[in-house]
Amino acid sequence: MKLIVAIIKPFKLDEVRQALTAIGVHGMTVTEVKGYGRQKGHTEIYRGAEYVVNFLPKLRIEIAVSTELADRAVEAITAGARTGQIGDGKIFVTPLDHALRIRTGETDSDAL
Amino acid sequence: MTALSRHAPRAAFRLDPTKLLPAAIVAALALPVMPALAQTSTPAASSISAADTAWMTVATALVLMMTIPGLALFYGGMVRKKNVLATMAQSLAAVALISILWVVYGYSFAFVGDGSWIGTLDRALLAGLDIDGVSPLAKTIPEALFALYQMTFAVITVALVAGAVADRLRFSAYLVFSICWFTLVYVPLAHWVWGGGFLAQAGVIDFAGGLVVHLSAGTAGLVAALVMGNRRGYGQDNLAPYDLSLAIIGTGLLWVGWFGFNGGSALQTGSRAVMAILATHLAACAGALTWTFIEWLTRRKPSVLGMISGAVAGLGTITPASGFVAPWHGIVIGVIAGAVCFWACTSLKQRFNYDDSLDVFGIHGIGGALGTILAGVFATAAIGGSSGLLEGNTRLILNQLYGVAVTFVWTGGMTFILLKIADALVPLRVSIEHELEGLDLTQHGEALQ
Repeated sequence: MKLIVAIIKPFKLDEVRQALTAIGVHGMTVTEVKGYGRQKGHTEIYRGAEYVVNFLPKLRIEIAVSTELADRAVEAITAGARTGQIGDGKIFVTPLDHALRIRTGETDSDAL
Repeated sequence: MTALSRHAPRAAFRLDPTKLLPAAIVAALALPVMPALAQTSTPAASSISAADTAWMTVATALVLMMTIPGLALFYGGMVRKKNVLATMAQSLAAVALISILWVVYGYSFAFVGDGSWIGTLDRALLAGLDIDGVSPLAKTIPEALFALYQMTFAVITVALVAGAVADRLRFSAYLVFSICWFTLVYVPLAHWVWGGGFLAQAGVIDFAGGLVVHLSAGTAGLVAALVMGNRRGYGQDNLAPYDLSLAIIGTGLLWVGWFGFNGGSALQTGSRAVMAILATHLAACAGALTWTFIEWLTRRKPSVLGMISGAVAGLGTITPASGFVAPWHGIVIGVIAGAVCFWACTSLKQRFNYDDSLDVFGIHGIGGALGTILAGVFATAAIGGSSGLLEGNTRLILNQLYGVAVTFVWTGGMTFILLKIADALVPLRVSIEHELEGLDLTQHGEALQ
């Protein structure tokens, strides 16, 4: 199993969700986060006072998938989140040791 | 009675037939007050006018609306999230506190008696106020309404000051300072300019409060910002507003409320009130456009904060001149206001590095002084009975400069002394920990989630 964490632009969430649903990923967790990468921040001006805002709003998506599905899930997220502009985000894939569905007690791939 | 700056020339408009239309509209809007009018206007000897009473009742409500919720939203939207409630609390507290003080002694000292320096205590707690009685300063409305209308001006002036020291003023210190400042700055000024005091006698004109409200609040704000020092992180940290949409709603309420502020300062319905409202609206529009375009040219983007700042600058600046100038003068005054106040809020503030947090001095102080002087330039005899520089009268602008100087010096000096006194009783500034944590939680025990 793999845990996929993706940081994406907030307005691309629905396209990413549809792309993942299409390949059979039926659950995800979304968090509103702030951060920066190569895009850096932006400048805001209030009555002449300039503030450099370093952390930009992004969404962090977490999905757990079987190892066979991981590559396609990464492709689906990429397809849904890509605009070609700086700041599209990143995808991190890590091994996942164990999973458990709390309601039934099912474990690992049965729990996904 | 001496020449009263607000309404001395009003007799010229007594017979104006155009007075009937706005009066009818206002009367329709104010239906709930009609039964009361039927009683007060019955006695044949009474000079009370139903139309004037109806309009001034509406105008009073409009001016109160400027403080709550207008100013509360305007200021509350411009501070950081942790200070929104504390900032709004200052406007609310000003309404509650100053209204009571106004009735106890403020009105009497400001508007009763002929003294050059201060009024009398004859109307303390509104003693001797007859149901049909009128003030010599406003003979066609009940004195109770006159006192109520003027109350709303005192309220908003005190509430305006606190914006300059937003994010760091202790609530208890705000209350102590407000009581002192209202008593020793606002009340005397209102008497000098509107109550027949020495500035009115000197021929200073101030239709709706360029000196009494805006320059005094702005000057007090500047002194308070200097005495209390800058916010922690000023010039370094991000102090961006929490929710400018609140400030936009607040600006809309202020703008509409200003129709009652300036229009009501005619103290009766009729042509002069309408001319004041027209000039007021045009100045707000011109101020908003001017600030926006200057910002667009010099800072790349036309910010919404810039639009509302320009509108309020135009409104504050036209305040003393409205009722004395022609409508097109309102546009000129609005353009000047937008440009000069933009300069004051950006360049001037940066050069001297004072933290007038919500630009009370930059917008209200500069605007109030500017508008008072421009009234001396544009005053038109056909509108308000006074001629300015454009009509060949050089005397008025000298009177206006005198009024600005007296207001600035008195307000600045007294505010400094009163801040020191208040600070000795209760520390003005919250502790560094509380400033970082936010005033909502530390002063009021509440927070926005």
